[in-house]
Amino acid sequence: MPTPTSVLHVQHLVKQFGDFVAVNDISFDLRPGEILGLLGPNGAGKTTTIQMLLGVVKPTSGSIAMFGRDLETDREAILQQINFSSTYVSMPQALTVEENLWVIARLYGLRQIQQRVDDIVKRLEMEEFRHKVTRKLSSGQSTRLGLAKAFLTEPKILLLDEPTASLDPDIAQKIRSFLKEERRTTGLSVLYSSHNMHEMEAMSDRIIFLQRGKIVAEGTAQEIVARFGQADLEEVFVKLAREQ
Amino acid sequence: MKFHRIYALMARHLYLYRRSLPRMMEIVYWPLLDLAIWGFITVYLMKFEGQIPGVVTFFLGALILWDVLFRAQQGVTIAFLEELWARNLMNLFASPLKPSEFLAATMVMSILKVIAVSVVMAGCAGLFYSYNIFVIGLWLIPFVVNLVMTGWIIGVLTTALIMRFGQEAEVLAWSMVFLFQPISCVFYPIEVLPSWLQAIAWMNPAAHVFEGMRAVLSATVSPLVHLAWATSLNMVCLSLVVALFHWMFEFCRDRGLLVRIGE
Repeated sequence: MPTPTSVLHVQHLVKQFGDFVAVNDISFDLRPGEILGLLGPNGAGKTTTIQMLLGVVKPTSGSIAMFGRDLETDREAILQQINFSSTYVSMPQALTVEENLWVIARLYGLRQIQQRVDDIVKRLEMEEFRHKVTRKLSSGQSTRLGLAKAFLTEPKILLLDEPTASLDPDIAQKIRSFLKEERRTTGLSVLYSSHNMHEMEAMSDRIIFLQRGKIVAEGTAQEIVARFGQADLEEVFVKLAREQ
Repeated sequence: MKFHRIYALMARHLYLYRRSLPRMMEIVYWPLLDLAIWGFITVYLMKFEGQIPGVVTFFLGALILWDVLFRAQQGVTIAFLEELWARNLMNLFASPLKPSEFLAATMVMSILKVIAVSVVMAGCAGLFYSYNIFVIGLWLIPFVVNLVMTGWIIGVLTTALIMRFGQEAEVLAWSMVFLFQPISCVFYPIEVLPSWLQAIAWMNPAAHVFEGMRAVLSATVSPLVHLAWATSLNMVCLSLVVALFHWMFEFCRDRGLLVRIGE
């Protein structure tokens, strides 16, 4: 059963590709205003889980509910309220940064588009490259465009896959502050995957540790570290990754 | 179906055309090249005007109408390929966009493409060969509408196959339509086909359109029967391929192909 306050409720989620089980019977909740870290080695099932939450991959079994609605039956209404950013997904390369944001704004039916685009461009410090064609952006600038696209629609749930992977430490720090500020002011809920353990510890209220498609640990960073008897989250990660 | 989402996709493609010379050339270069080659063939064939009455009208008219079908198909398929090349499918399908809205946007884009290409071709045919496509009269309107629908059918079918089989199937975007050309009887009457192939050709809406066009030009019989067949077949086939596209979309979601298609 979903907790009364959960905005996302995942129950017995399974995804099988032929004989390979990518996600194996996972259940979890995301609470309003919570930042939930999704941690695990490559192939643990993090990306497949995020893709199922975005409705682009269909679960083999189990259910996903957001805001009390089932994703399979209320797909349009749910996807209107969530967004994502992934280092591994690009935006149309031949369009400028601003054109890409305009297309996204229209796709989500936003009003006062210019004002919202100006606002997000300013907040993510993108003024200097807002008229640049996307293919000419550096990887850090592309990541910021992906984040701008995600924040532009003012989602209630944000799914972030390695959001600071290609950013320099200064910008990465600004993005983390931005994310925390958004959460504080809007009550945004975030599901966050990263390989940066320090970032994960600093950002997440709770962490879910995935291994071979299963949840092997769940709790705060301190709880997980204590449970595995390691010095920090990085050591837990290394220990579990080597066991795989 | 929400108009703002269809408009968003149209805007995305119009932005592309605004600064892309190769894409603009697609509207002008290939149609002009087609027109030059077939125009010269027609000029040559005019020597035999006595034996084949209305040869210019038949050939240039057929060419322009075939291009309507071809561009309508390309409009749908290339719009999908643009998203595939840009690895933008996940951004689109993880948004509230519905597959039907995606298809609607590609169809509207194909209409814009058809209009642009037709204006170029009809204008140049008039300028260089003194040929007036409107000699077909008001019949031109239902003919063009039906050819656009046939183009959509082939375009949606091709798109569904590319979605399923990935970039390896990309070549279908340019080749699939030519599979239909022999049985569309664009430049020759249907009677020239062997009887078994005629039976297949009669199931192709485009064959009825081109037969109808020849009927109008030779002023022998009314094209109404052909138009009725073309429209009915188009409605049935379009419904079938749109259903196939939706089924394929779900199939790709199930197999995880939608997120891997551009990789």
